[in-house]
Amino acid sequence: MRLIKCLLFIVSLVPVIVFAAPADVKLDKAPIDTSDNASLQRGAQSFVNYCLTCHGASFMRYNRHQDIGLTNQEISEKLIYTEQKVGDLMLTAMKKNEAEEWFGVAPPDLSVIARSRGADWLYTYLRSFYRDSTVPTGWNNLIFESVAMPHVLYELQGQQVVDSNKDIPEIKELKLSVPGVLSKEEYDRFVADLVNYMVYLGEPHANYRKKLGVIVIIFLLGMLGLTYLLKREYWRDVQ
Amino acid sequence: MSKQKGSIVEWIDERFPLTATWRAHLSEYYAPKNFNFWYYFGSLALLVLVNQLITGIFLTMSYKPDANLAFSSIEYIMRDVNFGWLIRYMHSTGASMFFVVVYLHMFRGMMYGSYRKPRELLWLIGMAIFFVLMSLAFTGYILPWGQMSYWGAQVIVSMFGAIPFIGETLSNWILGDFMLSDAALNRFFAYHVVTLPILLVVLVFVHVIALHEVGSNNPDGIEIKANIDPKTGTPVDGIPFHPYYTVKDIVGVVAFLIVFCGIIFFAPEMGGYFLEYNNFIPANTLQTPDHIAPVWYFTPYYSMLRAVTVNFLWIDAKLWGVILMAAAVIIFCFLPWLDRSPVKSIRYKGPYFKIALTLFVISFFVLGWLGTKAPTPLYTLLAQIFTVIYFAFFILMPWYSKIDKTKPEPKRVTK
Repeated sequence: MRLIKCLLFIVSLVPVIVFAAPADVKLDKAPIDTSDNASLQRGAQSFVNYCLTCHGASFMRYNRHQDIGLTNQEISEKLIYTEQKVGDLMLTAMKKNEAEEWFGVAPPDLSVIARSRGADWLYTYLRSFYRDSTVPTGWNNLIFESVAMPHVLYELQGQQVVDSNKDIPEIKELKLSVPGVLSKEEYDRFVADLVNYMVYLGEPHANYRKKLGVIVIIFLLGMLGLTYLLKREYWRDVQ
Repeated sequence: MSKQKGSIVEWIDERFPLTATWRAHLSEYYAPKNFNFWYYFGSLALLVLVNQLITGIFLTMSYKPDANLAFSSIEYIMRDVNFGWLIRYMHSTGASMFFVVVYLHMFRGMMYGSYRKPRELLWLIGMAIFFVLMSLAFTGYILPWGQMSYWGAQVIVSMFGAIPFIGETLSNWILGDFMLSDAALNRFFAYHVVTLPILLVVLVFVHVIALHEVGSNNPDGIEIKANIDPKTGTPVDGIPFHPYYTVKDIVGVVAFLIVFCGIIFFAPEMGGYFLEYNNFIPANTLQTPDHIAPVWYFTPYYSMLRAVTVNFLWIDAKLWGVILMAAAVIIFCFLPWLDRSPVKSIRYKGPYFKIALTLFVISFFVLGWLGTKAPTPLYTLLAQIFTVIYFAFFILMPWYSKIDKTKPEPKRVTK
């Protein structure tokens, strides 16, 4: 048995060793805090300003934003620019067939994009656009080769160009050629808020889920003690 | 259960064997007193089954089995249905945990020789449950209609297509279409919520009846019925299932729920193993993902499917993969007759069996891990090596279990 346990332990380490190997694309760590309502509200504002024009978030209702500290009144003033009501889904104004004509592909719905791509990917992606005259939109992306989406936020970030690493030319690095309205730190903060919001958007109940989970686990730990005592009492007479 | 004259119980007993059933299966069903940690997983499997049935019913109330609506109906459940997220996570986590407890339950049987005479039929019924469970997992995983639902199902259905002569007709018949589409989603939904659950519940019932006929095995692998107390007429090393094991199993249930709720509330995706990240992308029939991986509980078999890379005899590699994969699951059924050891339990078996079982467990884990990865030449070679080890455990068992140096079994159960 000891041999088995020992070998099982070694096997359990195998994935750890292999997962430690470097990934193909290096992603920046997104500074996410979905309990920060101010950040989520800024992110929501940016989302409806910049993303919702082309992308839908069609599984999300506007009035769900009460979660992040907005009243229905504030929601209709700050987040809704169309004829929609607070109880409506966050649909995009762009028609699917028109989008396909313009971009070659319809922009994906963003409701659960943070759950499929991950926050770090989104955070890196939105900061990795660069000027590339060889692609139709004039914009390319370091972690999404020939992406159909142009750099919507370029006025804020400015324009980046590829600057090959001096020592290892294969590694592409980006440098700012035309500055934008925001400084680098401000833009990173802007994207962080936006990604933070998209993480919230992916699972609006996530914070409540964790809060409820703590209560459930505490209850179960108490139950574990009680049921163990009950078991011990019953088993007293078993030799 | 008290039976006073003129009581309701007496009224029922005259019409239905209520007290008799209670006694036969609970208060006077004698189980060995030396059950250890590994004996919790049977009752836990029952708990997860009930969880799946109840949460499943609630999910069907809002789920739409329609290729255009399925994905969004899941998100509707996650967002707009009251506690829909909890019901959905209980069901999705329950699916994975079902396999965790069933794999551990099977491993227990392999360690203590629970499949040996007189429990061969009990083991076979258990295997039937395992097959139904796999079908349930497959049909259930299609329902969210995400990218992995779609392309994973595509892989499995294409396996039927590999069967010579009838393959294509068979896969068209299964799908009800020439490709995986709305028609297939509808029928898989019907299997998942009606046919297979009924089968599963019936098989679990039969499994318990068969168990209570032959009695439970125990970590020593000896028969407690061989040692009957002449005064009471009950096994000396047996204790009534109720209350002793009911109160003990409740502790196991609560401990399990702590793990289960830990996953539901704090890591429902379980790092992409319980809910794959790519399944949050709606199914796109025109875009094959770079890397298709099934959920973790199928990955050992998926590795074997991919391990065969050469055409052999007149059969091509793909069909060999399918045959190997099916054989890897079915071969468990032959365990009662492959094991020729004079003792049942690993406690008294010799080093050959211990080494063989260890290698088997290692190969199961390594194959499982490889199945989550995109194939590379090295990974394929590893999959081939461990597939051989996996099968060697079974095929060589009649030989090594016979010549193994066993220890004598005790007369009475030990701690």
